[in-house]
Amino acid sequence: MLKFIKHNLEGIDGIEIYPMISLLLFFTVFIVMLVFVLKLPKTSIDEISQLPLDSDNNNKEISNE
Amino acid sequence: MEKEQFYYDNKIVKMFLWATILWGVVGMLVGLLVALLFIFPGLLEFAGADNAISWLSFGRLRPLHTNAVIFAFVGNGIFLGIYYSTQRLLKARMFNDVLSRIHFWGWQAIIVAAAITLPLGLTSSKEYAELEWPIDIVVVLIWVVFGINLIGTILKRRQRHIYVAIWFYIATLITIAVLYIFNNLEMPVTGFKSYSIYAGVQDALMQWWYGHNAVAFFLTTPVLGLMYYFVPKVANRPVYSYRLSIIHFWTLIFLYIWAGPHHLLYTALPEWAQNLGTVFSVMLIFPSWGGMINGLLALRGAWDKVRENPVLKFFVVAITGYGMATFEGPMLSFKNLNAIGHYTDWIVGHVHIGALAWNGFMIAGIVYWIAEKLWKTPLYSKKLANTHFWLGTLGIIFYAIPLYVAGFTQAFMWKQFNPDGTLVYGNFLETVTQILPMYAMRAIGGSLYLTGFILLAVNVIKTAKAGSRVEDDLAEAVPLKKISGQRIAGEGWHTWLERRTVLFTILTTVAILIGGLVEIVPLLLIKSNIPTIASVKPYTPLELEGRDIYIREGCNNCHSQMIRPFRSEVERYGEYSKAGEFIYDFPFLWGSRRTGPDVHRIGGKYNDNWHFNHMLDPRSTSPGSIMPRYSWIVQNDLNASDLEGKMKALVKLGVPYSEEDINNAKENLLAQAKEIEGNLRQDPEFVKNYGNSNIQNKEIVAIIAYLQRLGTDIKVNETTAQK
Repeated sequence: MLKFIKHNLEGIDGIEIYPMISLLLFFTVFIVMLVFVLKLPKTSIDEISQLPLDSDNNNKEISNE
Repeated sequence: MEKEQFYYDNKIVKMFLWATILWGVVGMLVGLLVALLFIFPGLLEFAGADNAISWLSFGRLRPLHTNAVIFAFVGNGIFLGIYYSTQRLLKARMFNDVLSRIHFWGWQAIIVAAAITLPLGLTSSKEYAELEWPIDIVVVLIWVVFGINLIGTILKRRQRHIYVAIWFYIATLITIAVLYIFNNLEMPVTGFKSYSIYAGVQDALMQWWYGHNAVAFFLTTPVLGLMYYFVPKVANRPVYSYRLSIIHFWTLIFLYIWAGPHHLLYTALPEWAQNLGTVFSVMLIFPSWGGMINGLLALRGAWDKVRENPVLKFFVVAITGYGMATFEGPMLSFKNLNAIGHYTDWIVGHVHIGALAWNGFMIAGIVYWIAEKLWKTPLYSKKLANTHFWLGTLGIIFYAIPLYVAGFTQAFMWKQFNPDGTLVYGNFLETVTQILPMYAMRAIGGSLYLTGFILLAVNVIKTAKAGSRVEDDLAEAVPLKKISGQRIAGEGWHTWLERRTVLFTILTTVAILIGGLVEIVPLLLIKSNIPTIASVKPYTPLELEGRDIYIREGCNNCHSQMIRPFRSEVERYGEYSKAGEFIYDFPFLWGSRRTGPDVHRIGGKYNDNWHFNHMLDPRSTSPGSIMPRYSWIVQNDLNASDLEGKMKALVKLGVPYSEEDINNAKENLLAQAKEIEGNLRQDPEFVKNYGNSNIQNKEIVAIIAYLQRLGTDIKVNETTAQK
């Protein structure tokens, strides 16, 4: 995949860095985000996902308070 | 802590609901009208064939249809859902009632302004960004009002955690603002005329960065937010996986912003930018399908409800349509499939799966559900809603399938060669007449869909009449305690992040800006990306005026100016288009659909008389053509009063007109016009009919001058290259 991107960049000075930056950035952000999401405690996840189902007249102070 | 009492603002929700229905009917009606023009090109010539009505021509009505459906129908639909769900998810009334009203009336004023200016031919020509600069400014102001209102509501919320739907709203708010401003940077000439500050390839990249992300952040992210609120709400079940929704959100906004160049595959856009677009478009299928699965599986264990509840039926087809469109998108980004689909009706079918199924059905479901809540009464007729559902679903099928067939048929006809190396269908028109039955079926599909939507209108009006007068809902909730901005012991990072609204908004902005910068900055800064061609010269005054008429009439809605480097296209149209040929094209006019043939190398292909007769009655030179008659271009005097102003504006943008060029502009214009009239007079038929009409003063000479210039700049080079 990387070769496929790089192949076309030879004509432009310094341009090959851009798609590299873009891919690296994306994968870093993706992995970091994934780790955060998987580490979220199940209880708070469940509570937040109930938010639309709340009766419209009440709120809850959710976990960790 | 003591509970506070407050009221949800239902009035504003109701206002957006009526606007959604009204503009839905209008937008679809105009859509049906333009669909009928494909089969009956003379349908709207009420004043006779020799007096065609300019503001009812296809080129001017098509942008009206797209803008009405996107910004008026879906726009009001998402505001309807956002104003309803935001208040309830955050346990707070909207930040400020006055801002809500300004947002509503401002948005409607913009729509009315668009509905007036677009048929008048006041357009910047850039798709879904056609509005001229004064309206653009109002759009930005109203968007800021919406932004203050939304962020303000978030800040005064009574619910600590911000549900995923709200993040999608924030992403929409930020990204649309960025995209809209950058794509609409224009140099004004007069009150309603401006030139894009970008030219050619740069303008194309900027436009499709915008165009693609208008789909992403106006038609997708806000509607996903609505999905995450209304599907669980109606099904009374939480979303399938909240973790997945977080992954969905970040991946989607991060990937979407890069994908724009897939609209420009095989064009004169540099290769690296095209490939970047392909790679990111293909990756997009993962978050998109993650979202679809999340929405559909929210209904797990509730499928029995789907059978009984028309609202859920609409949602299921909508989410399925989202899945189909987002599968097709990445597929169309592969270069080999794009080579088939681009410029054909496949694309039109693809976007209508998105518009009719995903947006239209999502909004229909929400409208039915909210109507019951707003008027506190059951829906007037569930049966009618079910009828709407089936009419709409059939409408989608009858719309999309014929266009897929038409797209493939036409693409293959364009590419078919005889054994001796000539094109089998050398006459472009044969490939158009072949698919006319498909256009007829498409119009039937559209009529079914519109009929269904009218049933919705009737149903909601009856429901409103039967129900109680709209009152604001009373609610009570405990205000939030002040807690530390730091993470609390045991609190997850993301949980912490999502309650820090401002930080969250900034991170979202950063995510979308990175994509935009990496994609666009190199192209704007590095000159070597667009090789210059010495023989390419700026347009003459008459050609410039002709080009502005081309823009006014929306010719680019049906004719591309971009010959791809395929054997079939070079054979049909001539040498493929080079990036360097467009450096004086403010804005670019590459087009996106070939209802008619490409015109980039039309210059010199036919004589002036052919163009004259063709404009007056396309059927006279090309029997069976479905192009509108442009009789007013022959009747109207050419108004060149802004000529110097236009040239001066272009000089500021970098076009090398000299002081002398500008001072002599009018004389040069007249000289070239006289020359064209001279050419026309060589035809005795012309002299007989128009000998006394002083055609040199009419708009037609300008458009002929422009068309005859198109693509001729590099002809000198070609001969030297062949040696």
